[in-house]
Amino acid sequence: MKAAVIVYPGSNCDRDLAVAFERAGAEVTKVWHKDTALPAGLDIVGVPGGFSYGDYLRCGAIAAQSPITRAVIDFTHAGGHAIGICNGFQVLTETKVLPGALMRNAGLKFICKTAGLRVATTDSVFTRAYDDGQVIHLPVAHHDGNYVADPDTLKALQDQDRIAFTYTDNPNGSVADIAGVLSENRRVLGLMPHPERAVDAAHGGTDGAAMFRAIAGLVAPA
Amino acid sequence: MQEPEITEDLIAAHGLTPDEYQRIVQIIGRAPNFTELGIFSAMWNEHCSYKSSKKWLRTLPTDGPQVICGPGENAGVVDIGDGQAVVFKMESHNHPSYIEPYQGAATGVGGILRDVFTMGARPIAAMNSLSFGEKDHPKTRQLVHGVVEGIGGYGNCFGVPTVGGETRFHAAYNGNCLVNAFAAGLADADAIFYSAASGVGMPVVYLGAKTGRDGVGGATMASAEFDETIEEKRPTVQVGDPFTEKRLLEACLELMASGAVISIQDMGAAGLTCSAVEMGDKGGLGIRLNLDAVPQREDAMTAYEMMLSESQERMLMVLKPEKEDAARAIFEKWDLDFAVVGETIAEDRFLIVQGNETRADLPLSELSSAAPEYDRPWAETPPAEPLADVPQIDPIDALKALIGSPNYAAKQWVYEQYDSMVMADTVRGPGRGAGIVRVHDTGKMLAFTSDVTPRYVRANPKEGGKQAVAEAYRNLTAVGAKPLAATDNLNFGNPEKPEIMGQLVGAIKGIGAACAALDMPIVSGNVSLYNETDGVAILPTPTIGAVGLIPDEDALIDGQVREGHVALVVGETAGHLGQSALLAEVFNRADGDAPPVDLDAERRNGDFIRARRDWITACTDLSDGGLALAAFELAEAAGVGVVLHSAETHELFGEDQGRYLVACNFDQAEALMVAAGRAGVHIETVGRFGGQDVNYGGVSAPLEELSALYRTRFQDMFG
Repeated sequence: MKAAVIVYPGSNCDRDLAVAFERAGAEVTKVWHKDTALPAGLDIVGVPGGFSYGDYLRCGAIAAQSPITRAVIDFTHAGGHAIGICNGFQVLTETKVLPGALMRNAGLKFICKTAGLRVATTDSVFTRAYDDGQVIHLPVAHHDGNYVADPDTLKALQDQDRIAFTYTDNPNGSVADIAGVLSENRRVLGLMPHPERAVDAAHGGTDGAAMFRAIAGLVAPA
Repeated sequence: MQEPEITEDLIAAHGLTPDEYQRIVQIIGRAPNFTELGIFSAMWNEHCSYKSSKKWLRTLPTDGPQVICGPGENAGVVDIGDGQAVVFKMESHNHPSYIEPYQGAATGVGGILRDVFTMGARPIAAMNSLSFGEKDHPKTRQLVHGVVEGIGGYGNCFGVPTVGGETRFHAAYNGNCLVNAFAAGLADADAIFYSAASGVGMPVVYLGAKTGRDGVGGATMASAEFDETIEEKRPTVQVGDPFTEKRLLEACLELMASGAVISIQDMGAAGLTCSAVEMGDKGGLGIRLNLDAVPQREDAMTAYEMMLSESQERMLMVLKPEKEDAARAIFEKWDLDFAVVGETIAEDRFLIVQGNETRADLPLSELSSAAPEYDRPWAETPPAEPLADVPQIDPIDALKALIGSPNYAAKQWVYEQYDSMVMADTVRGPGRGAGIVRVHDTGKMLAFTSDVTPRYVRANPKEGGKQAVAEAYRNLTAVGAKPLAATDNLNFGNPEKPEIMGQLVGAIKGIGAACAALDMPIVSGNVSLYNETDGVAILPTPTIGAVGLIPDEDALIDGQVREGHVALVVGETAGHLGQSALLAEVFNRADGDAPPVDLDAERRNGDFIRARRDWITACTDLSDGGLALAAFELAEAAGVGVVLHSAETHELFGEDQGRYLVACNFDQAEALMVAAGRAGVHIETVGRFGGQDVNYGGVSAPLEELSALYRTRFQDMFG
């Protein structure tokens, strides 16, 4: 499987995401933000956590305008798989690849801890390895992870079974405890928690490893 | 612009004494102009010159087979085997943080990260040691919120995990909070970069962010006491930009890998002045700077302002001329300023040119080497008053008082604001003794701790200094690490007062003795003096940051206690209650001497823990709050109750040094007892883990109730 990880100048989880993909058997290319095209023959693109362009404005707002992000949008519109983690989720909502928005945490503070997540759907490449309703534990680390969506969008997400994960103990005020959502074609996942920080026993938990194994095993080569 | 005339007032405003001014006149053979006066004041203030402490700092042990580079560079470098090195330092940003807590703390983190990557190392761990005033003091809450957010705001964005630290509260910090930031990085041992320039006519290159007027005079400000005019000093605090720092890191590491860098120095205190003088002085060269070429953020900056600006996220390098284009391309890739602003020259001159005019022309080496050095009078701290009677107290009530105090309540409100897991190598984050990160792609791990007990240092500077090092040694040992080396961040009051100087001298003597005995040389450090407001000094606070190596997973001690585990104390308990947390928090007393530190016993007990690691599931050092607090913390972390046999206040809450609490199963406990007997190590069974209560000497409370108190108190006070 071929994966690409986008590197904005302020990305700081790009290496972590690449390592998680590689551990699952993927061949990973890092793609610089000034590039205008993704590598050919790509199976999935990962938009990593961090602070893309400093995020002094709205998180992900400037990244949404960057040359490589245009290529990511096109890739998803053409049916490509993508995962946006933390800042990557913020970028994917800013670009409207995923619905909703991520606001400042309800407590107004950055929060870093391990959070309990309920697997809300197993109907996607990303969540297929889990059981429906299973509770897994992944680290969260964000200042702006408070997911909001208007009532119609929320209803659509619920009706179409596109809520991927919910928090068991909502840390940031997200509507309907939402921690991650899928695109309409179920090929793009955005989530605030960091599965790449839980792929190895030394991390204190390996609940994220199943996601990467599932991605590596189930994304068919193009 | 007309430069101001040099008057007595202007000299005093630059923090220079009349004697020091006369020395300047002697050195250059004439009166300095305004810019030159500024340059001298920047080089000769306490912060940059260590003029009050140098004599004593020289006595510290700084060598060892593991040391690649000791004090004097941007950070210390220590061998961790396999051709790799850990690069680390701790530095204070106290004065700026008190004036403007968010930016002061943020730029403190930025400065220490830059110190580390200037040496060619990628930062892999950060810690911070924070001291605030009483919880009810009107300033404290704002400082706590601002400092914690500032540290998080910078470190989280930069992308370094914050894995440990301390947060303390005491009335002595009401007028001066302390923010001590630690960073460690990883480098190849044969690819360390130093500040000494070499070669004549080499380009001096300016990298990073543009220069503005922020922080002009900051280092001088940090070398003065505070009074009621403190608010006026806000403009001397710099503003941090972690996004630029992150790009500067990546660009510098890329540039270093390209082979273009001869020498490099970050622009910290007194920015362009200090960095240029440092590079020239170490290389035995002069430097000529053309200020017109310096990237500027503001219009019409004077030479004085540019030379003293402390704008953040800037570096100065001496480059190989033939690689200049390649270097420029790397910086353009990261959208950072890159400008050739001068060159190295053969003459011993620091020549500053602006608009075709010479703004300063000074003998470079003497700017640094002729800085005054004082043998300040000091008075030995008198022996502490003897400990008065300590009444027996209900041990559970006493435990509740401790874990309900801001000093000993769980600090997750603080550390959950820091990203402790970025880089995905964190094995153990904040909140449980030493923090641990993996050395990426190897089986090795590094452990980090920061320690000091200021109450002890005040009562007995020498024993207190020893204790800070010994506690760091124990915290590293308790996770199975072999302590490698340490960095010292010495925070004291006004050294011109003999009693304060006496504290500094005593503490350094103690630190030196402990570092020598425990084989933990000091490889870097920082001194912060004049931490006084209206003549009232902080508690003497020599913070020790230390690093240990865990060679492989088998050596790591990171288990949780389980139902049925035996609780053993390694090391001798005499029941020392002088200067204890119990006295301070429960009885509001500060009498008695600090606990004595037996360095031989420290070493013996530490070696025993590491040697018998296989029989130890969980381990913690005994420090503040003694056995009672340590046993509670181990039990609470695992959600398992604990029974301690003793009901004696001095046995439960005494703070005798050299001790560890160990949890293991019965067979292992037996084996440990036998091995300890052979090794001459004192060990005793003190109780067991299990059940759902905390039971000390027959008095008990449900763990759940105590845990709720412990976990919510800090949030209730500051949230």
